[in-house]
Amino acid sequence: MNARATFNFKHETFNMKNTFTTLENFGHSQSAPSYRFTPTTADEIYESFRLAKKTDLTVTLRGAGRSYNDASLNGGGIVLDITGMNQILEWDPGSGTVRCEAGVTLEQLWQKVLPDGWWPPVVSGTMATTLGGCLGANIHGKNNFRMGTIGEHVTEFTAVLPTGAEITCSPKKNSDLFHSMISGLGMLGVITTVTLQMKKIDSGLIEVHAWPTRTLAEQLDSLLEGAPNYDYIVGWLDTITIGHGQIHAANYVHDDPDPAKMQVDFQTLPNRLFGVMPKELLHYIMTPFFNNPGAWLINTGKYTASVRRHTFRQSHAAFHFLLDYIPKWELSYGRNGLIQYQSFLPKETALQTWSEMLATAKKRGLPSYLGVTKRHRPDDFLLSHALDGLSLALDFKVTDRNRAKLSKMLQEFDQMVLDAGGRFYFAKNSETSAETTRAFLGDEAVMRFKKLKKRTDPDGLLESDLYRRIFGNS
Amino acid sequence: MPDTQKMIPRATPLTPIKKAIVVGASGGIGTALARRLAQEEYVLALLDRSEDILNPLCDEINQIYGETRAVAYEHDATDYDKVPDFFRKVVADLGGIDLFVYVAGMIYFPTLDEFNFAEDYKMVEVNLLGAMAWMSQVAPAFQSMGSGQIVGVSSVAGDRGRVSNPGYNASKAGFTCYLEALRNRLTRHGVNVITIKPGQVKTGVFDLPNAPEKPVLAVTAEQAAEGIWKAIKKRKQVAYVGGIWRWVMLVLTHIPSVIFRRLSF
Repeated sequence: MNARATFNFKHETFNMKNTFTTLENFGHSQSAPSYRFTPTTADEIYESFRLAKKTDLTVTLRGAGRSYNDASLNGGGIVLDITGMNQILEWDPGSGTVRCEAGVTLEQLWQKVLPDGWWPPVVSGTMATTLGGCLGANIHGKNNFRMGTIGEHVTEFTAVLPTGAEITCSPKKNSDLFHSMISGLGMLGVITTVTLQMKKIDSGLIEVHAWPTRTLAEQLDSLLEGAPNYDYIVGWLDTITIGHGQIHAANYVHDDPDPAKMQVDFQTLPNRLFGVMPKELLHYIMTPFFNNPGAWLINTGKYTASVRRHTFRQSHAAFHFLLDYIPKWELSYGRNGLIQYQSFLPKETALQTWSEMLATAKKRGLPSYLGVTKRHRPDDFLLSHALDGLSLALDFKVTDRNRAKLSKMLQEFDQMVLDAGGRFYFAKNSETSAETTRAFLGDEAVMRFKKLKKRTDPDGLLESDLYRRIFGNS
Repeated sequence: MPDTQKMIPRATPLTPIKKAIVVGASGGIGTALARRLAQEEYVLALLDRSEDILNPLCDEINQIYGETRAVAYEHDATDYDKVPDFFRKVVADLGGIDLFVYVAGMIYFPTLDEFNFAEDYKMVEVNLLGAMAWMSQVAPAFQSMGSGQIVGVSSVAGDRGRVSNPGYNASKAGFTCYLEALRNRLTRHGVNVITIKPGQVKTGVFDLPNAPEKPVLAVTAEQAAEGIWKAIKKRKQVAYVGGIWRWVMLVLTHIPSVIFRRLSF
């Protein structure tokens, strides 16, 4: 008889109860359980890599989890949550350079620098994002055509590689890693500190010019013609009627240097609507409108309200962080959440491709509830999404019934975008395949990225669900 | 990256994937349940002592659906100290876990006056201790995820101790009771625990020595799998397969001992 006197679970490496958690994407449309570690030092990061190697698991980096896809998900693997590394280490109000740990959010950053008359040169639509995440995706803002991506304002960063090496990168030093770790989706190493150059501003206000557009052509022309005259420009597009829309173009204000308006209190978004209703509850009221007729109603109402051409001034925070205006807005999309489909097209092919795309969506009864257009310019980063042209971001509600149809349609869209010489953004699209990725990045860029990865991560420890999806079979 | 991770498709918002682990997938009920779950678009990690039955089963399933829906793993449920590493590996390969099924089990039919500790020991190991080793990994994982379903295939034999097979009765009674306790622990964390109590199922066990000659109220393995799937779908707590056994056992459990100990089954 086989006597097993002692049952020794000596391989129990993880305290499952504390670390094994279900993590979600921003749109609440995808989730995966992972072992979540929260390192606060470079040593702890390296320790996590050693544990990953020992247990044959992969490691994914996660900041605020504000990506619309699987960029910070790693089903069954380890997720390094860097939000604990959130100290602003140095701030020089004289030169406007700031050195932060990678878990510092844009919210922390602007609140630190604005009272001294500075503003982050590039921000995303939500201020919850971490600098590590911003660099990994190489985010852009409504001023992409003017200021480029956030990577162009990084003067230096430090990182821990899976090998344990600690490196410093700048446009000159380790230039190849500088231009690939920024945009590298956290797949080459862990960025630990970031030095950024802020932009000097003269006022806590920004002057916004709003005007309506009646057709998609008019909207795209407005962006192309308007961009050179403004610091920021962005279009809202009603994709249900196709073409109704509104342009918001904004300039920094130079004639209102009131220091009180540069204080955080002045900038902060009100947390109550009409002074009474907590905005935390607003998404419940919005939920009933997040279906095809409801979205038509809201889009039409919004267009009607925006027909008047007008100019107004608002705080930087209110202008930039539209996604934070309604907290938890993404819950309005219901149980299965939302996905975003963003495509970047050259000026020449944009109108025809998107016209076709939106007509297809309308015909199939799969309209996008929100469309946003922007003006872009190319950059030097390896996994770049940008080009000299325009982008259109479409939010789609996911339901059990539309999944298969939506999936098929987006695959067709991918082909249309590729045929039109377009590109995609890895922080947004959730369905981009390895084939599509290779097609728009080009074999050379993919090979260069893999070669760099072999160097920084020889054991292939850094992998996310996103990485497996877009580089899986290539 | 282990190769299996490459083979198993990963979910996207538009192509969600349900993931299940089945321990004891080579048996009659196990194979039938694997086929049934594949039909419901689960991606499966199938575990058993030998891959002889599992590999052809996986090939069959994957061929039908034209994609990898089942992957085989060689694992003995009584290798208790290998379970934590195995669980971690399989969950990493699947990319998560939504459903855990323990259907491993063994039975030895003693004669009416036979006491066989060696066989009893084996039954307790496979039917109870192996399950406990696995649940000790699965339960805290599901608890901290706040979701998931656990299915334990116990037996009607655990409802009452009978003259024919004390060792088997004890192993299954222990399993049933363990599952109930697990349910009481985990329900508050959003995890559903199902105790499946098959009556007689037409599988290989009836070819064993001393096995009952004629199955009573028996169902096929496919019918049993269907019953288990229904219980999973409806998030039941206890399910008899076939359903008639619920009533049979209701009667049996209420027969007073003074009579029951004089009965010969």
